[in-house]
Amino acid sequence: MRNLRIVGALVIAVLVGAAGAALLANIVRRQEEARNPFYRVVELTDETQDPAMWAKNFPQQYDGYARTVDQVRTRFGGSEAWPRTPTKADPRTVVAQSRLEEDPRLKTIWAGYAFARDFREERGHAYMLEDQTYTERQIAAKQPGTCLNCHASTYVAFKSLGGGDLVKGFEKMNALPYAEARKLVTHPVTCLDCHEPKTMQLRITRPAFMEGMRALKATQGVRDYDVNTQATRQEMRAFVCGQCHVEYYFKGPEKRLVYPWANGLKVDNILAYYDAQKHRDWTHADSGAATLKAQHPEFEMWNQGIHARSGVACADCHMPYMRVGSLKITDHHVRSPMLNVNRACQTCHKWSEDELKARVLTIQERTFALRNRAMDAVVALIGDLKRARAGGRGDHELAAAQELQRRAQFLLDFVEAENSTGFHAPQEAARILGEAIDFARQGQLALRDGRR
Amino acid sequence: MTGDTGVADGSARIARIRHTLGAAVVVVALAAGLALGISAYTFVYAHGASYLTNDPKACANCHIMREQLDGWIASSHRAVAVCNDCHAPHDLLGKYTTKAVNGFWHSVAFTTGRFHEPIAIGARNRAVTEGACRTCHAEIVQLIDRHPTRSGPLDCITCHRSVGHLH
Repeated sequence: MRNLRIVGALVIAVLVGAAGAALLANIVRRQEEARNPFYRVVELTDETQDPAMWAKNFPQQYDGYARTVDQVRTRFGGSEAWPRTPTKADPRTVVAQSRLEEDPRLKTIWAGYAFARDFREERGHAYMLEDQTYTERQIAAKQPGTCLNCHASTYVAFKSLGGGDLVKGFEKMNALPYAEARKLVTHPVTCLDCHEPKTMQLRITRPAFMEGMRALKATQGVRDYDVNTQATRQEMRAFVCGQCHVEYYFKGPEKRLVYPWANGLKVDNILAYYDAQKHRDWTHADSGAATLKAQHPEFEMWNQGIHARSGVACADCHMPYMRVGSLKITDHHVRSPMLNVNRACQTCHKWSEDELKARVLTIQERTFALRNRAMDAVVALIGDLKRARAGGRGDHELAAAQELQRRAQFLLDFVEAENSTGFHAPQEAARILGEAIDFARQGQLALRDGRR
Repeated sequence: MTGDTGVADGSARIARIRHTLGAAVVVVALAAGLALGISAYTFVYAHGASYLTNDPKACANCHIMREQLDGWIASSHRAVAVCNDCHAPHDLLGKYTTKAVNGFWHSVAFTTGRFHEPIAIGARNRAVTEGACRTCHAEIVQLIDRHPTRSGPLDCITCHRSVGHLH
């Protein structure tokens, strides 16, 4: 009995000692980690493009960045890795699924435009340059160097092209043919596109965003707005993404990249801007309408939603903070929050992962159902216009219906091309789709009644 | 433990057993002393005494609650309540029992690294906080909380979660 007690006491003493030592070791390690948030191993300059160099100083952030190669599906987005046989013209062995095959109505809506030839689900940041270089849209139409603004790390190339002047370099690259401009860049978006290398502070490096924000702020009574000196740190956590995840067009023969925000960020403001500019992206092959293509307006749509209003930036959900030891870092694995619900949502919303996913899915399914109705309506109008033309009615007779097609189609595309299936601003997305349906049906009525 | 052979043989055996027992006690005492020493050192090194105070900074000693502390600094309750006012019972025994229980489980969680992130309040601590709301805001709670709903009494935190700190 007594022996047993002694052994028991020994076991307890050993366990307590071991637990105390483990706790102590853990505390010491955490304190060590907290002492130095990073180690300066290499000197980074404004010319250091290669992310592998930045990785030496910031290995945790780089690990996340490198993981944007992941191809994971979500219910309405993400990308699937489709194997393909490489050809001489296109050496890719893996691509994302084709959106045109998924929904052939898109081919009708974009008839006569390069998007009707090849349009795939977007893959992660790591693929942006490769996927643009080899898309069949390059064959369907002669693309300008402007495209590279958002598909490559252009900061260093802009500066060297412009002899140190970023805006001059931007203008020069826009005017080059794509193939020539492509030779000037090597990486997809890299560290220095968003970070100042000395302080790591966020910065804007895309002149189109600087100009777009200046025009937008002017409508709010702020003159000569300079985003790099006047934006708050939290604003910058959305603005760096807004440099590319926006609606845009190429202005004039010099193909200048312009963000159409001079009237505001809402779809109606943007449409009014294009109308005033008398801009069309292309002439619709079936209907003859002066049509527009909306491009991933995530920044604009997010701006109309509750998260933007509450001061939640893109990075809060798409690059949420994560703890590594005692350090708090930004997860540089940019991805859908649906693949990272605990960090992306649960920091603010204390509900179970299933509940949060169900809420998002409800919004997206409703948006998707309405989007399908809007798409049917636009396709129906295009069909009516096509038949009217085939029946010999001239463009002057069809002007009212063509104008309504332009509007309906742009509104629909604004939600369709936006990569949140309505989540960034659910009511706004529903409003836009509702109006798109109305415009398309009005167009059919105009044809029936012979309105011009 | 009695000898069952001859008398001479028996006394030698008793002496041997005593000797062994004595050695075992020394080993246990050494182990216990070592455990105590390590624990005491850990306690001092980890600023253990600070956890017995009401200083909010103590709660962010181990990094994990820095966001909560930052949030509290920017919150409306900063002027009237520190961490302990909402997260520890107001009686002395309850307060230090809660601190001891939480201290133990937090140490286990952080040492093993097994815990859910972002951190979330557990049922026991949530009840403590709910009690704190009701103590300070007793007058208004009495006016609201007359009719229990079908799912039980009303709960302050469900709607007013962000008053102490946003996350």
